[in-house]
Amino acid sequence: MRVSGTFLLTIGIFFGIIGLFYWFTAYEDAGFVMLIGSALLGILPGGYYLWWSLRMRPLEGDDADADMSDGAGVIDAFPGSSIWPFLLGMGALFATMTFIFGLWLAPIAAALGLSAVIGGVVESRRGGTV
Amino acid sequence: MTTTVESPELIEPEEPGGPDAHGPDAHGPDSHEHGGGHAEHGPTGLLKWLTSTDHKVIGKSYMITSLVTFFISGCMAIVIRLQLANPTSSLVNFQTYNELFTMHGSLMLYLFAGPFAFGGLANYIVPLQVGAPDMAFPRLNALSYWLYLGGASMMTLSFLVAGGAASFGWVAYAPLSNSINSPGTGTDMWLMSLALTGFSAIFTGVNLVATIFYLRAPGMTMFRVPIFSWNMLVTGILILIAFPVLFGAVVLLFCDRHFGTHIFSVQGGGVPVLWQHLFWFFGHPEVYILALPYFGIVTDVIPVFSRKPLFGYRGMVFATLSIAALSTGVWAHHMFTTGVVLLPFFSLLSYLIAIPTGIKFFNWIGTMWGGQISFQTPMLFSVGFLFAFLMGGVTGVLLASPPVDFMTHDTYFVVAHFHQVLIGTTVFAGFAGFYFWYPKMFGRMLNETLGKLHFWLLFIGFWVTFIPQYIVGLKGMPRRVADYLSGNGWTGLNQLSTVGAIIIFTSFLFFLVNLVHSWRKPVPAGDNPWDGHALEWFTSSPPPHHNFTHLPPIRSERPVWDYNHPEHRKDESHGDKRHREHDEEPVGASA
Repeated sequence: MRVSGTFLLTIGIFFGIIGLFYWFTAYEDAGFVMLIGSALLGILPGGYYLWWSLRMRPLEGDDADADMSDGAGVIDAFPGSSIWPFLLGMGALFATMTFIFGLWLAPIAAALGLSAVIGGVVESRRGGTV
Repeated sequence: MTTTVESPELIEPEEPGGPDAHGPDAHGPDSHEHGGGHAEHGPTGLLKWLTSTDHKVIGKSYMITSLVTFFISGCMAIVIRLQLANPTSSLVNFQTYNELFTMHGSLMLYLFAGPFAFGGLANYIVPLQVGAPDMAFPRLNALSYWLYLGGASMMTLSFLVAGGAASFGWVAYAPLSNSINSPGTGTDMWLMSLALTGFSAIFTGVNLVATIFYLRAPGMTMFRVPIFSWNMLVTGILILIAFPVLFGAVVLLFCDRHFGTHIFSVQGGGVPVLWQHLFWFFGHPEVYILALPYFGIVTDVIPVFSRKPLFGYRGMVFATLSIAALSTGVWAHHMFTTGVVLLPFFSLLSYLIAIPTGIKFFNWIGTMWGGQISFQTPMLFSVGFLFAFLMGGVTGVLLASPPVDFMTHDTYFVVAHFHQVLIGTTVFAGFAGFYFWYPKMFGRMLNETLGKLHFWLLFIGFWVTFIPQYIVGLKGMPRRVADYLSGNGWTGLNQLSTVGAIIIFTSFLFFLVNLVHSWRKPVPAGDNPWDGHALEWFTSSPPPHHNFTHLPPIRSERPVWDYNHPEHRKDESHGDKRHREHDEEPVGASA
């Protein structure tokens, strides 16, 4: 966690410095905004991780002397299969096609997208195939 | 079906010099044990493909889809080269030619080069390398693929709509891409497919970062993560920086085209060059989103086939970080000729990228130096990458100089430069990775003779195609032209370049023959046919569902080598006992 946080914070600080330097040399809005956006992308999650890393025990992956027994137990629950990502992806495809070919495709996009969102949420709560 | 995954058990290595310490399958548990307790349940056949959230199935789907787009796009390149082989050629009309070069670039860059690396190889290999059972968010991973497939299909099928496909180049500069200059559904399909594939990339970036940060096996500290996975972590972060900007730009352009806004049009008070700022803020990091994964592949391949540890592991990591950081501050070196960008700022930062890239080259050569190099197909492709990328990189340093850029901008010199960079990385290094990890993914070897034929034809065709393009560019031939006059003096060089393109095309026929050969006459690969270093070589080929039941102790950046060669183990917790390993037996296919 500490390495991850430091890593992201360093990225953020680098872009912050480059962004400020760019602004005071180029006076160009678009690049300045994008560089500062990149700085925030590093500083916000990096700061959050670092804050947490000071308040929790190190992950086994961060411990150079850790053995497999140190991480014994459940890693997490992983879905082996799920139809909902496919339906959500197809819903997104139809949603973009709605912008090109007309609103008549919108109900299909909405039906696919909503069913996928509902199905995915229910699947997560039940912890099994829906 | 959601399953709870328990952590793998530790398996200790044999004593040094033990009877089974060497060889491809010499790491204790056999393939059956690897699979024990982790049998895959759930649907089979087509339903398995539609519903799988296994990173290995998704990775293979990504690779197959991206290779299909690669071949479609390669066929377009051949038509382009045939059109340019003769002055005033009429093989295709000008509109079709514009569509062809636009779609060639778009398919190669948006649908092949990136997705093959971060969707295909990374999806398959990163969880294995860090000792994880899957990607951190498996369903998000599956969604990424379906968005990518939807976007890829939409872009490829845009040839079929009235008005044809997009025809403004892969960079879609405003105002050429507005609704007056580029009317038609094909352009809208191009934009929307970028939106879909952009989100696909963002989700994959999130998954890569989360997996490498949080699913590393115990003992796999950040500075023991294999360089390929390190590079995919940095690529993931670059994706998170670059692709949202592309998505924003695409939405703004779509609004200009359909909703009456004037963000990129002068008539309504907009700024056309803003598109270039937005596009290249995505576009230049995109070059490194395409390059860094392939640097990572080569960095993993070279030590294995040199039978040495990587020279300068930490230097490689910091060089990757430096390249990534600098790549986001150089976008306007594509815009030198607009006259509205700060030349010294972008030129200086562009030059600086040569330093970390040079460190990488030094370390790759340092790794090979004094090693026991075996030139099997993955190594040949890696060495080919070094030559190809060096040439592309050196001409890139030239183009970072504004005066040189003013002279060569929009000429074939630039076309040759970026093809050497991108083919050097995505094709040479990409196929190094494919030949390297194919045995792991499919449990069978590819044929070495056919692989070497593939390499040598590609290598020869590569230089024959692109060296003439540098020269014809310096002679003044502009890019994106469908014909030229015989009096220009460009004919011979163009014909030579076309011959080279046909040689490249032929080389890929050997690749296809190799794939068919490996399926018709499979040669079993064993778990570790190359005597590899990282954790992916510890599990069976192909790996079982959720990847591992046992893992070795992780005490260095190459735990599987340590396990298989305890006499050379480098245990960081007990001092650095690094040895030269040039006295090991060469290891070939276990079959």
